[in-house]
Amino acid sequence: MDTPLLTVKNVKTYYPVKTGFMNLQTSYVRAVDDVSFEIYEGETLGLVGESGCGKSTLGRTIIGLEPLTDGEILFDGKPMNFRTDRVSLSKQIQIVFQDPYSSLNPRLTIGDLLAEPLTVHNIVPRNEIQQEVTRLLQLVGLSETAKARYPHEFSGGQRQRIGIARALALRPRLIICDEPVSALDVSIQAQIMNLFKQLQRELGLTYLFIAHGLGAVKYISDRIAVMYAGKIVEMGTAEQIFKNPQHEYTKKLLGAYPIPDPTKRSILTQQ
Amino acid sequence: MFGYILRRLLIAIPVLFGVTVINFIIMRMAPGNPIDMLVSPKLPDAAREAKAIELGLNDPVYLQYWNWLKNLVMHGDLGYSMYTSEPVVSMILERMGPTLILMGTALVLGLLIAIPLGILSATKQYSKLDYIFVTGSFLGISIPNFFLGLILVYVFAVQLSWLPSGGMKEVGGDGGFGTLLVHMILPIIVLVANVAGRNIRYVRSSMLEILGQDYLRTARAKGLKELFVVNRHALRNALIPIVTIIGLEIPILFGGAVVIEQIFSWPGIGQLTLSSIMNRDYSTLMGLNLVAAFVVIAANILTDIVYAFVDPRIRKSYVGGAK
Ligand SMILES: Nc1ncnc2c1ncn2[C@@H]1O[C@H](COP(=O)(O)OP(=O)(O)OP(=O)(O)O)[C@@H](O)[C@H]1O
Ligand SMILES: [Mg+2]
Repeated sequence: MDTPLLTVKNVKTYYPVKTGFMNLQTSYVRAVDDVSFEIYEGETLGLVGESGCGKSTLGRTIIGLEPLTDGEILFDGKPMNFRTDRVSLSKQIQIVFQDPYSSLNPRLTIGDLLAEPLTVHNIVPRNEIQQEVTRLLQLVGLSETAKARYPHEFSGGQRQRIGIARALALRPRLIICDEPVSALDVSIQAQIMNLFKQLQRELGLTYLFIAHGLGAVKYISDRIAVMYAGKIVEMGTAEQIFKNPQHEYTKKLLGAYPIPDPTKRSILTQQ
Repeated sequence: MFGYILRRLLIAIPVLFGVTVINFIIMRMAPGNPIDMLVSPKLPDAAREAKAIELGLNDPVYLQYWNWLKNLVMHGDLGYSMYTSEPVVSMILERMGPTLILMGTALVLGLLIAIPLGILSATKQYSKLDYIFVTGSFLGISIPNFFLGLILVYVFAVQLSWLPSGGMKEVGGDGGFGTLLVHMILPIIVLVANVAGRNIRYVRSSMLEILGQDYLRTARAKGLKELFVVNRHALRNALIPIVTIIGLEIPILFGGAVVIEQIFSWPGIGQLTLSSIMNRDYSTLMGLNLVAAFVVIAANILTDIVYAFVDPRIRKSYVGGAK
């Protein structure tokens, strides 16, 4: 393989927290602490770790929603500068958020929600916007009638489909999926996972797929990175991680991963 | 939506009824009576008695209330003032204009100041600007109206003689727009300090809450410019709670009129209320009370309607939405 699509080099994201008398002292939460990895075009990198280990923060840092404390992020071999390029970079990298309930503006219809990035970035000519919105909805398995409705009229799974359509609107090359199924029912989770795989095949997408446990990323990831307390403690192909875990924490995570009963195939495996 | 408004209006009727009953009872329990205020204490008892009978004050209290209510419901009439003998309706109407001018201007100006400053304060949270606005708003809330009013009168009217100390026009003058504006300056400053002070904090906190929402991250992830994110995504959602505080502001201003109009001799509802209390003018007080209760209820209903209009989640459930 040649140049990675995304290179993350020694990235640190610290949150300042004011403490002490009159909040005069500043200490830092080291949410992401010296993380490096690469993602190649067309592959899926799974990122797993327990709650609060900094997965979301890392995802948000990559698309420039959190200021980078230190380190460097390269996209297509070129260093990214979010101060100057945030608008153009949003066309290359998109994110699907963890919580489908709170990540859609309650006062915009689905049509407006999806049309907005199209208009702002001139993705399609003005008179084709409605068609494009319909196409996006169909891409994620929703019907055109969704356009006039508001987010609260949809179920969690449907909302996450809308979130995916929204991310796809700008035709990005890399999508960061921040625990996109953890807020959903198990049966719906499988549907959404399949949608991600299908979209990857059809559109040639690259994913950074964030999840809580190893079970969720096993079937979608080419490689898996295990994150613990702001650092990546182990990284390897899905097979290496499952067959031959090196780090203590990975072994613990594997212990928490339910071994599927071969007689009753779990829903997740049917894809 | 229409059915909803109708329902709210129907509920308002027993509320208004209850308010007038309670007010009537409290008023009659207070010491003093209109006769003492009206006629010279030297008057013979027989003459006092005649006046009391004329005003119906010797009837049992429940009968007096009943007569008042009957008159209101059957003829839409609030009776005559026990002090000036003018019709209560025309007295109130006459005083309504000045109060509306003063309070309306204060509300509009106060919000025109509070909304932008509140937004700025929230988007620049913990900056110097934020601290200045928050402190200023704290002062605006904390300084009592009468105190600020008296200081302003002392400085600008008594010491500097720049502005009139009260009234709507010069004694003997014939008014005019310019004179009205000059007379409004001081009371408006007092009211605006208060309205803006209170609302900067409301706007700031409701904006801060929205700014922390996930969907603003979504908006930023779409690659929208920050100004666009704040205007289109944050502000529109923050407006929902802001609308309700405007509704709450109206009764507060109406109540505040009593103090402010007294300080600045503003010939409005508030001043009429205070003088009617002094004169034990029962019939006028009942009329004023009814108007005040009506304003509070109307402001509430209006708030709910506007609320429904700005929030699609509520709007849909009213406008015959399927869900
Ligand atoms: N805005 C913030 N200010 C201060 N600390 C923060 C902020 N956002 C996150 N943190 C802290 O950073 C750490 C990492 O949070 P993050 O949301 O990235 O975790 P996560 O791995 O995504 O967890 P989860 O699986 O629950 O989503 C946590 O300790 C969190 O408390
Ligand atoms: Mg997270």
